[in-house]
Amino acid sequence: MSTTANNTENENAMATVTEALGTYLSSYGDLAAERQERDPVWLRQLREDAWQRFYANGFPTTHDEDWRFTNLAALARTPFQRAVKGSVIVTAEQIEKFRVQGAGCRLVFVNGHFAPELSEVGELPGTLEICPLERAIAKAMEGGAPNGIEPVGCAPEGIEQHLGRYADVRRDVFSALNTALWEDGAYLRIHRGAVIEQPIHLLYVSAGAGAAIMTHPRTLIVAEPTSHAAVIEDYVSIGEETAFSNAVTELVAGQDAMVSHFLVERENLAAFNVSTLRLELARGTNVSSHSILLGGGLVRNNVHPVLAGEGAECLINGLFVGAGRQHLDNYMLVEHAQPQCSSRQFYNGILDDRARGVFHGRIVVHKDAQKTDAKQTNRNLLLSDDARIDTKPQLEIYADDVKCTHGATIGQIEEEQLFYLRSRGIEETSARNLLLYAFAAECLDRMNDSPAREFVASLIADRLTDLAVNHQAVASSAPMKEEAQSWEEVG
Amino acid sequence: MALLEIQDLHASVDGHEILKGLNLTVNAGEVHSIMGPNGSGKSTLAAVLARRETYEVTRGRVLFNGKDLLEMKPEDAACEGVFLAFQYPVEIPGIGNAYFVRSAMNAIRKFHGQDELDAMDFLPLYKERMRILEMDDKLVNRSVNEGFSGGEKKRNEILQMAMLEPKLAILDETDSGLDIDALRIVAKGVNAMRGPDRAFLVITHYQRLLDYITPDFVHVLVDGKIVRSGGPELALELEDKGYGPEADVPQALPA
Repeated sequence: MSTTANNTENENAMATVTEALGTYLSSYGDLAAERQERDPVWLRQLREDAWQRFYANGFPTTHDEDWRFTNLAALARTPFQRAVKGSVIVTAEQIEKFRVQGAGCRLVFVNGHFAPELSEVGELPGTLEICPLERAIAKAMEGGAPNGIEPVGCAPEGIEQHLGRYADVRRDVFSALNTALWEDGAYLRIHRGAVIEQPIHLLYVSAGAGAAIMTHPRTLIVAEPTSHAAVIEDYVSIGEETAFSNAVTELVAGQDAMVSHFLVERENLAAFNVSTLRLELARGTNVSSHSILLGGGLVRNNVHPVLAGEGAECLINGLFVGAGRQHLDNYMLVEHAQPQCSSRQFYNGILDDRARGVFHGRIVVHKDAQKTDAKQTNRNLLLSDDARIDTKPQLEIYADDVKCTHGATIGQIEEEQLFYLRSRGIEETSARNLLLYAFAAECLDRMNDSPAREFVASLIADRLTDLAVNHQAVASSAPMKEEAQSWEEVG
Repeated sequence: MALLEIQDLHASVDGHEILKGLNLTVNAGEVHSIMGPNGSGKSTLAAVLARRETYEVTRGRVLFNGKDLLEMKPEDAACEGVFLAFQYPVEIPGIGNAYFVRSAMNAIRKFHGQDELDAMDFLPLYKERMRILEMDDKLVNRSVNEGFSGGEKKRNEILQMAMLEPKLAILDETDSGLDIDALRIVAKGVNAMRGPDRAFLVITHYQRLLDYITPDFVHVLVDGKIVRSGGPELALELEDKGYGPEADVPQALPA
């Protein structure tokens, strides 16, 4: 790669960045006008600060260390529009295939707007509050109790206390952009001591609207002390049009709470998806983040746990599977702020064709975080000569009594293993598939047995079957599927 | 018709010719032993028959059950009834032992147009054969060969053979690294499978295994060709006298 070409590309990116910020500016202007009457002052202030941050900085370039491996030029030059509420009708049949078997309830958002007719809440235990964020804010403004037509009970206590208090709008422009522009999302509160057995499914649907749509889903999950819950945040597309999802989730876990969060990215190959999960862990909490990146064209997943109470444990588990020209970037910032905490990062990547993956795991151990135990492992399988992985561990340690380890491996499917399976009668595609599944399934071993795990397992199996079939097609020199290259000019 | 008919087989690896005109005929029901010094081509023969792609056949032909074996992919050969017990069984983390064997059985059944076996039908059979091979039940769900001892790996090969019921079983130095007890167990597993419809190709360079698995024929492979053939008594003679003047690798025989 020549430096000159790189510079030109970045200069071009810079030029288009300011140009394309125009659509964000007008969106923000429209929304600010609407919100003048509707939103509480604290929220408007939060949004305004965030907007200024975003507008001052624009999108990062590859000169920014945190974005070194991901070029945002294509994202920055696409003039994304807000989706008008109700402009695209999605039917229950269209989203049936996205159902999570065994989920307790489901909130559905279409192009960023809550779709009550598609959501299924059913009988909720009194210890779980779940509702669209916009409605929760409106309730907070009215100060009233939920009325009969509410799909769910929702007492918006704690929203002001938590919303926007964790996401880092100073450092991360995407969090800033989301804070300024979010129109809806989910608000969940799990009461003290409540054990919610069935996973909660949040389905964010991008549906073609004839223009490139942007959405900024915002999720706030408050898990009170000693509560247990699992939440699946699931990004899907209907149709093949491009869209930009920029999601931010703040998950606050109270003392001794146990929470599992699943992020599933399975949008179409033209999709841009940036998601940020900010986890705040109090004393004794046990929080798991499972990032499953299977779809999307340009995907960036940020996971940022802060272990802010003694003895907190955090598992940051991930799998990314890319083919065609997919670009899947995993960025983690794990902050140990208090003593005796442990964090475990395990990411497995499978990349075929010209797909590119990034694992950038940064661990910061603050001065007071003695006896920290932090571990980071990234394992990758590259299935083609043109696939690429950039893996970068980064440790910053300011305490003196800590244990930090990291490791990364990059390999191919072992021909020995493939031959062994084939020599027993298993045909090549299935054998390849079995080996890939065995590798990918390591991420399943790190999940509790639950419907969420079953759901992820079936998604992985489907994705790998596609990959194996695709691989065989390429091997027998059939032309590559066209849609796999639909954002080719992105570069 | 012979089960296996090898004519003038030449095979190379990375441009080096290893098999240099090998001829062999094996009928159903027979046990043939191939002996010979290291580097004579024994394992190459096994790999070619199992259709390992890294071995290039440059001349000759191989008929299996009247079909051209050299046209087959490894999985097709397996489905037609060729089984190779590996000299070095491969570890496959993340795939359960029983699941693997059931997948293989079902692939072969599918090939023959038979219904697939479900876990309920499969498991009792699998466990019964494990008992014959004196294998621990805990190996059922362990990953294929992962963390197995040398003896467990070899027994696992024989277990797979017992489940897949091939027409031709090739044992590639299955005896190497086995203590006498394990050897006896492996031989018991093999002998239990001998029958009029099945043939064995037992590759070894020790007479020891042949004390337990008595061959019908013994062949001496030297420098890519079979230089002598005879009955079981030939193995004893080799043990005594070595592979003769054709074998220029005298250290191949055990002390």
